[in-house]
Amino acid sequence: MKKVLILFSHPKFEKSRVNSSLVHHIKDKSNVTFHDLYEQYPDFHIDVAKEKELLNQHDIIIWHHPFYWYSCPPLMKQWIDMVLEFNWAYGPEGKALHDKICLNVITTGGSKAVYCSEGYNSFTVKQFLRPFEQTAILCGMVYFPPFAVMGTHNLSDKALDNYKINYGKLIDLLQNNLAPNDFKNHSFLNEIPQLKTI
Amino acid sequence: MTGSILFEAIVFLAGAIICVSIAKRVGLSSVIGYLLAGVLIGPYVLGFIGEEGEDILHFAEFGVVVMLFLIGLEIEPKNFWNMRKTIVGMGGIQVSVTILLSYLLFSLLEYDWKVSLVISMAVALSSTAIALQTIKEKGLMNTTFGNSSFSILLFQDIIVIFMLGAIPLLSNSDNEAITENTNENTNLLESLPMGFQTLAIILSVVFIIIAGKYLIVPMLRKVAKTGVRELLIAAALLIVFSISFLMEYVGLSPALGAFLGGVVLSNSEFKHELESTLEPFKNLLLGLFFMAVGASINFIVIAKNPLTIGGVLLAIIVLKGLALFITAQIFKLKIDQKLLLTFSLAQIGEFAFVLLSFAFGLNILEQEQMDMMLVITALSMSLTPILSMINERIILPKIGTKESIKRPMDHIAKSQKIILVGFGHFGSTIGRFLRSHGVEATILDHDSNRVDFLRKMGFEVYYGDATRIDLLESAGIADAKIIICATNKISVSRAISKIVKDHYPHVELMIRTKNRYDAYELLNMGNENIYRESLETSLVLAKDVLSKMGFRKYTLNRQVQNFLKYDADSLRRLAKEPKSEDEYIFKARKELEQQEKFLMEDFKRGIVDFDNHWDSEHIRKALNKT
Repeated sequence: MKKVLILFSHPKFEKSRVNSSLVHHIKDKSNVTFHDLYEQYPDFHIDVAKEKELLNQHDIIIWHHPFYWYSCPPLMKQWIDMVLEFNWAYGPEGKALHDKICLNVITTGGSKAVYCSEGYNSFTVKQFLRPFEQTAILCGMVYFPPFAVMGTHNLSDKALDNYKINYGKLIDLLQNNLAPNDFKNHSFLNEIPQLKTI
Repeated sequence: MTGSILFEAIVFLAGAIICVSIAKRVGLSSVIGYLLAGVLIGPYVLGFIGEEGEDILHFAEFGVVVMLFLIGLEIEPKNFWNMRKTIVGMGGIQVSVTILLSYLLFSLLEYDWKVSLVISMAVALSSTAIALQTIKEKGLMNTTFGNSSFSILLFQDIIVIFMLGAIPLLSNSDNEAITENTNENTNLLESLPMGFQTLAIILSVVFIIIAGKYLIVPMLRKVAKTGVRELLIAAALLIVFSISFLMEYVGLSPALGAFLGGVVLSNSEFKHELESTLEPFKNLLLGLFFMAVGASINFIVIAKNPLTIGGVLLAIIVLKGLALFITAQIFKLKIDQKLLLTFSLAQIGEFAFVLLSFAFGLNILEQEQMDMMLVITALSMSLTPILSMINERIILPKIGTKESIKRPMDHIAKSQKIILVGFGHFGSTIGRFLRSHGVEATILDHDSNRVDFLRKMGFEVYYGDATRIDLLESAGIADAKIIICATNKISVSRAISKIVKDHYPHVELMIRTKNRYDAYELLNMGNENIYRESLETSLVLAKDVLSKMGFRKYTLNRQVQNFLKYDADSLRRLAKEPKSEDEYIFKARKELEQQEKFLMEDFKRGIVDFDNHWDSEHIRKALNKT
């Protein structure tokens, strides 16, 4: 079974409703390592050697974070800056991450309707996530579409439960070899038929 | 056989040790053990203790006084004021209903109305000693039941003064007879008219409150400054003795006075210290009291009239229980609390001894009536623990709703107890930061001047020597999650660390240390959370020096983090190295050796420039090679 590393970044996790619900549902699953970056590195002093070791041990890397200002929280960017070293993650000899699967799991306050050329955010989530996509590609990883919980400001408890359950199911699917063919017609992993609303 | 004080002491102590340990082993309350010991060594079984039993009873009543002082210590004046309605309401209903029912009973038995009234007054009073000791032993003091019992007992302590005042009015015999039978019951109040009596009572209460603040606390501070421990024990006993003496002098109940004294001192920094000092005295004296009660059961009187005594005893317990149940019903207690209250206060208390002999002295009671009532009183007290046991083991499991299993969340939050030892410059910063997060640590400090000052600043600080296990226990170490040793004395940290490891291994210790050597020692004792007071500060200073020389601050910040980690690792490595024995003689030389070792380690580490992040130079170099 494939091993999943969830790199979770949330500077105010204790106040989050949606993320704590998602996290509590999946963090104790088997073959899942839940790695709470803000709890581990409150002073932004990332232990690079330890992070590389963790990456080596896992097959699927999930960047799980709220979508702040169309990007990730700063510690996650710090993580990318520090851990993805030249000639280890990229560069002529950088092959450590080759063929691993990588994806973003994000939560956004705005609904899907506002993330498009007609909406007030002008661009789609997929467009905003381009830097992450390219980071993964440069490191030789296979980048999967995001799993996004959108419109969190107006999310009902029932809808949240549905997302939570689907997040767990998605991890099961990923561990059991979900392939690009399974989502070729979808820009979000939560739209694939296996995860349709219950 | 009797006579020698040493012999009596041996009899009492041996009786207590044997009977109480047997009672405890069988799962009974220690009170039963003591009572049984009393019966055994008393005049009717082994005969070790004879006539002097009564004197011992009187002396041992001092245990009740100490107990009420200790209870007072746990009740802050504000809470006491909040209890006033329960005290007057519950106490008033219980006493009046009991007197009424008991008066009816004795009138039916065709006693004279005066006799019935006096006996009813005695019957209305329950035993503070037995009830509260049992409640405390079971840890039920903070339940509704505990509070109600306490309120009722306190009301009885107050009302007994008025009863003692009222009984002489019932006496119609001539003055000659009064003086003949009255034992030296002279006190200040009796010689005064009613109005002055009330005034004297109020004045003495006010006196205790003022003395507590302006006399006792300053005295305790002076005593604390001497640093002689036994002086504090002496001072604690002096306080309780003095209050009792004053109360007896004006004719009030000493127990009531001691309780007030305790309440006054409950806000002082000496609360914990007084508690742990007086606790052993209280327990021994109460034990003695229970034994004396056991010894005073007159089996000859019982043998003469077993049926009457048994019947009256049963009737009294039933009617007292009924009155208590009615009281609990009016105050809407839950069913299990109601039953607990009913069973634990349904005895006649130690005040009955006083009231009955007083009335006998005034020729209101006849010898026979008094003997019978005294026996019934002692028997009813002895029956209480047994009745409570029947209630708890047989009745409650069937109808009660056991409340102790599920606790609400706020209890869990409260039970995350933090104890902070040492409130100097280091500890006070910790305390302030914790408080800014709504976390109130229980603080222990041994400097009474500082304790006083900090209390003025609104902190909850207690005075005491934190290396004593009993003080840590009264500060609540058993429920603590974390103990912070913020003291700069390695001897204190070492002692606490040992106590925690030996007795409370679940408590996490976080220790401030002065230097590496203390840190080594504590690490080797198995402590992981060691905080060297000079480490961070010197690094911040060094960082600022380098910054002023032109190094960039963020890089320095990262290097400080690296250095801390490197230093913690090397500290743990070096702690494991064996040390020379002649520690003290060569301390200076040893320190130099240690410094040398650290510098050598640093040298191996070299100048730190391995931090390549955000540095494109090495990328350019690598790319140019290919």
